[in-house]
Amino acid sequence: MSLAGATNRQHLRSAWLFLAPMLVVLLLVAAWPLGRTFFYSITNATLVDMARYDLVGIDNYLAYVDGRWYGVLTDPEWLRALRNTLVFAFVSVSIETVLGVIIALVVNANLPGRGLMRAAMLVPWAIPTVVSAKIWGWMLNDQFGIVNDMLFRTGLIETPLAWLGGSGLAMVSIIAVDVWKTTPFVALLVLAALQTLPRDCYEAAQVDGIHPVKLFFRVTLPLIRPALAVAVIFRLLDAMRMFDLVYVLTGANSETMTLSVYARQQLVSFQDVGYGSAASTTLFFIIVLVTALYVAVLKPLGQER
Amino acid sequence: MRMWRLSGRIALIALWLVLAIFLLFPFYYALVSSLRPSADIFHVRYWPVAATLDNYRAVMTEQPFAGNILNSVIVATAVVLLSLGIGTFAAFALARVRFGGRRLLLYTILGVSMFPQVAVLSGLFEIVRMLGLYNNLLSLIFSYMIFTLPFTVWVLTAFMRELPVEIEEAAIMDGATPWTIVTRIFVPLMGPAMITTGLLAFIAAWNEFLFALSFTLTNSQRTVPVAIALITGASQYELPWGNIMAASAIVTVPLILLVLVFQKRLVAGLTAGAVKG
Repeated sequence: MSLAGATNRQHLRSAWLFLAPMLVVLLLVAAWPLGRTFFYSITNATLVDMARYDLVGIDNYLAYVDGRWYGVLTDPEWLRALRNTLVFAFVSVSIETVLGVIIALVVNANLPGRGLMRAAMLVPWAIPTVVSAKIWGWMLNDQFGIVNDMLFRTGLIETPLAWLGGSGLAMVSIIAVDVWKTTPFVALLVLAALQTLPRDCYEAAQVDGIHPVKLFFRVTLPLIRPALAVAVIFRLLDAMRMFDLVYVLTGANSETMTLSVYARQQLVSFQDVGYGSAASTTLFFIIVLVTALYVAVLKPLGQER
Repeated sequence: MRMWRLSGRIALIALWLVLAIFLLFPFYYALVSSLRPSADIFHVRYWPVAATLDNYRAVMTEQPFAGNILNSVIVATAVVLLSLGIGTFAAFALARVRFGGRRLLLYTILGVSMFPQVAVLSGLFEIVRMLGLYNNLLSLIFSYMIFTLPFTVWVLTAFMRELPVEIEEAAIMDGATPWTIVTRIFVPLMGPAMITTGLLAFIAAWNEFLFALSFTLTNSQRTVPVAIALITGASQYELPWGNIMAASAIVTVPLILLVLVFQKRLVAGLTAGAVKG
């Protein structure tokens, strides 16, 4: 833009003026509370009276007292939650990515009713997670659930399965419900990317008689990779902080407890602000770490082309 | 060749149908269950048998579910209006003015929207208590800004970048101030984009659970997700599934209508936020 200096300066000044309300709000609802959470993690504050506390250093994270280790980082429940979160995030995002691309390719075909199909794909995403958790909880009910009924009728099982706890299936159920809910989201993002691809490229390939599978891996996948990378990081961050689905579907069951559920349980149910804040802070840095790793792995992949 | 293409087309239609059933069946089954008489609900049925609206009546009378819906509407509407009001100006600055640190600011905003909400829970608890907003809808309106505002700014910025530069160049030549440019030129042009963004933010606020669960205490202050999550029966082992399914259907039907009407726009908004980032 080649504007006169004065106008430019006026523009810059109003730019910051326009940004100011947003910055103030984000400072109040994000930066400040995050800083306070960091601070509370080195105190022994309780929810009953958050104003009265002593500083306890890193005791909430790690402490060695009388020959025993204490603190979030050594709590077997927390380690279990860490494992659950990583397993959930890795498995669900992997399935959602692969399935999302396949669904996008299927839906990308030119059939009548594509708008309706897109609307159907938005439904699982738009339904509140709590509601879908309840509906699936009812469908997966061990005694009265329709899923067991279907499996029983088709002869796949002899006795009802306890999908939501006690049989090691709880994590499978959580992942399955998450896949149902968010695969369409990934598929929609991929679909949007597919629709921007140049047509002539495909016509040429068709004339040359290139096999569709080869065409997909050689042409389509590299072209949609940037969109896919963005979809995956969004999903990954969302999966790492997952709370509502687990809270509603399986509650405090340690088979599926995630880091978010663990932190809130310490903070609200056990009223231990110090310990709970330490758990929240740890989760925050784990997510930062995972994001940094993802970006670090992805950057060189993107530059090689 | 013709035959082959025809069978390919039939296979494709079959795949579409399977996919649609897979996506919509849970909702269909919730509807069927919500219409079942409570005495009979523990027999699995694949279509409505002896349909009754008893469960709907129970949800509306046995607890303040209408109030919960109103709470959700109030919170989501307030949050959307605030976010759009603040976000439009911020997005203008981010999309149309070049200044140092713009990229960093944009990525910080994106980062905030992807924040683990539990990480700010203690700090927000402190603020909410200090302001005396515990068990008050204002605490939700306040805390929801952490995800609706960054999201709104991010998507509006993406949309605003697409508008041609000539629009404001002409206005600048005529000596229009930035305020005039935003309110007189951009807001009218951005109408559709703002509706899209507002809808997406509304859905996000409508569905939020962690803050709503933590900052409210009594049933009269609860929003829809919390109310549904905490529906209990005579004992904790006897969940009133009919009521839960009726409540689920009540809040899902409007969302499905919304999605049917606005599907093109919603997808455009979702991809503007993601792909163009």
